[in-house]
Amino acid sequence: MARVGGELKLLGLWASPFVTRAKLALQIKGLSYEYVEEDLGNKSELLLSSNPVHKAVPVLIHNGKPVCESSVIVQYIDDAFAGTGPSLLPADPYQRAVARFWAAYLEDKLVEPWFKMLDGTRTRAEMGEGVKQMLAAVATLEGALAQCSKGRPFFGGDGVGYVDVALGGLLVWVRASEVLLGVKFLDAARTPLLAAWAERFASLDAAKATLPDFGRVIKHAMMRRGAAAAALAQNN
Amino acid sequence: MAGEKKQGLQLLDFWVSPFGQRCRIALDEKGLSYEYLEQDLANKSELLLRANPVHKKIPVLLHAGRPVCESLIIVQYLDEAFPATPTLLPAGDPYARAQARFWADYVDKKLYDCGTRLWKLKGDGHAQARTEMVEILRTLEGALGEGRFFGGEAFGFVDVALVPFTSWFLTYERFGDLSVEKECPKLAAWAKRCAERPSVAKNLYPPEKVYEFICGMKKRFGIE
Repeated sequence: MARVGGELKLLGLWASPFVTRAKLALQIKGLSYEYVEEDLGNKSELLLSSNPVHKAVPVLIHNGKPVCESSVIVQYIDDAFAGTGPSLLPADPYQRAVARFWAAYLEDKLVEPWFKMLDGTRTRAEMGEGVKQMLAAVATLEGALAQCSKGRPFFGGDGVGYVDVALGGLLVWVRASEVLLGVKFLDAARTPLLAAWAERFASLDAAKATLPDFGRVIKHAMMRRGAAAAALAQNN
Repeated sequence: MAGEKKQGLQLLDFWVSPFGQRCRIALDEKGLSYEYLEQDLANKSELLLRANPVHKKIPVLLHAGRPVCESLIIVQYLDEAFPATPTLLPAGDPYARAQARFWADYVDKKLYDCGTRLWKLKGDGHAQARTEMVEILRTLEGALGEGRFFGGEAFGFVDVALVPFTSWFLTYERFGDLSVEKECPKLAAWAKRCAERPSVAKNLYPPEKVYEFICGMKKRFGIE
């Protein structure tokens, strides 16, 4: 892989969907980088000094300068390495605005309710509401995919684009949630385009090289849920 | 006016919205004429519902009839669709652009929500919101550093993202029993500097008016 434009280092957590987005972008652009696995219980000096505001991963460090927040990182990779590999954002300003809109929608309507549900402290009613919100978001995304792809394989068209990376980073966790919550989110009957997109995305070389292992994510999620439930029981 | 028709820019907006004001300020900074269309949020128009079916919210920019939604996305769109106008995101510097996006995102994630909790909540929730608000303002002051504006000498993306909230400082101060001038003198100075710009002076409402609006909201929500 090309080592162009200086030194790249990515601070991450293997299971994080936000880190996966950054890895996907680097992989698709053909950029090599050093990966550093962080320990959330014992954050490195480098992480704390690189992201003092949020103290979170992913952090991309390019020639010693840190970039934080997955959406900012992915756009930075596209921008700083514009001449390398395919572009993630389209050239047309209006299409760029549409892509940014749908990536922001994902955070707002899919990630937020889902994050809340997986912390293991929700009531039955809250879980039900969260699932409803996620299903509604997936239904809307089906329409978005139809609009953005116009019959082509990805949100980005013929090739993977910004929204594909944003959603692709979440893919293993969406599948894991289907098992953990007993709800089919990517249902070929309800959202055929998205279901087909998910299969197609997962089979990409870039995805195979970067997406975390499904079985490992399930085990990790169950452990975290168990720990949260145990903590909750202890405090009650 | 001839200008509006030629560029075909319309802004669906609500007078006191800081998100809408970001767009108004960006349009004025760029010298772009547009048609302002005040929306009744209690009785949303067909136009708004068609332009933003997903969120049904303002602001929405219509350019030759095509809608762009979400204030920061609108501001970036204006930069990219009108490259001959003064840029708000720093041109030719991907790292500076990433920094600008990070801080605009920080404002979006933290400020409005915390401010809302400050005027809505009582007791522990209110105390928590007050502590957070001071931290947010201090963090923003840190990001400003020694520059005239966020990102240096030129008024840009982060300034546009944050400046509408300066009209809300008085409201935060009264509900939070805090002083922006005392906690963050550099940020207070930045706010005064921004207020001298025609685009800002023209598009922000006096802080007392915002405070009055929030007091009205509290009454309507039955919060005392």
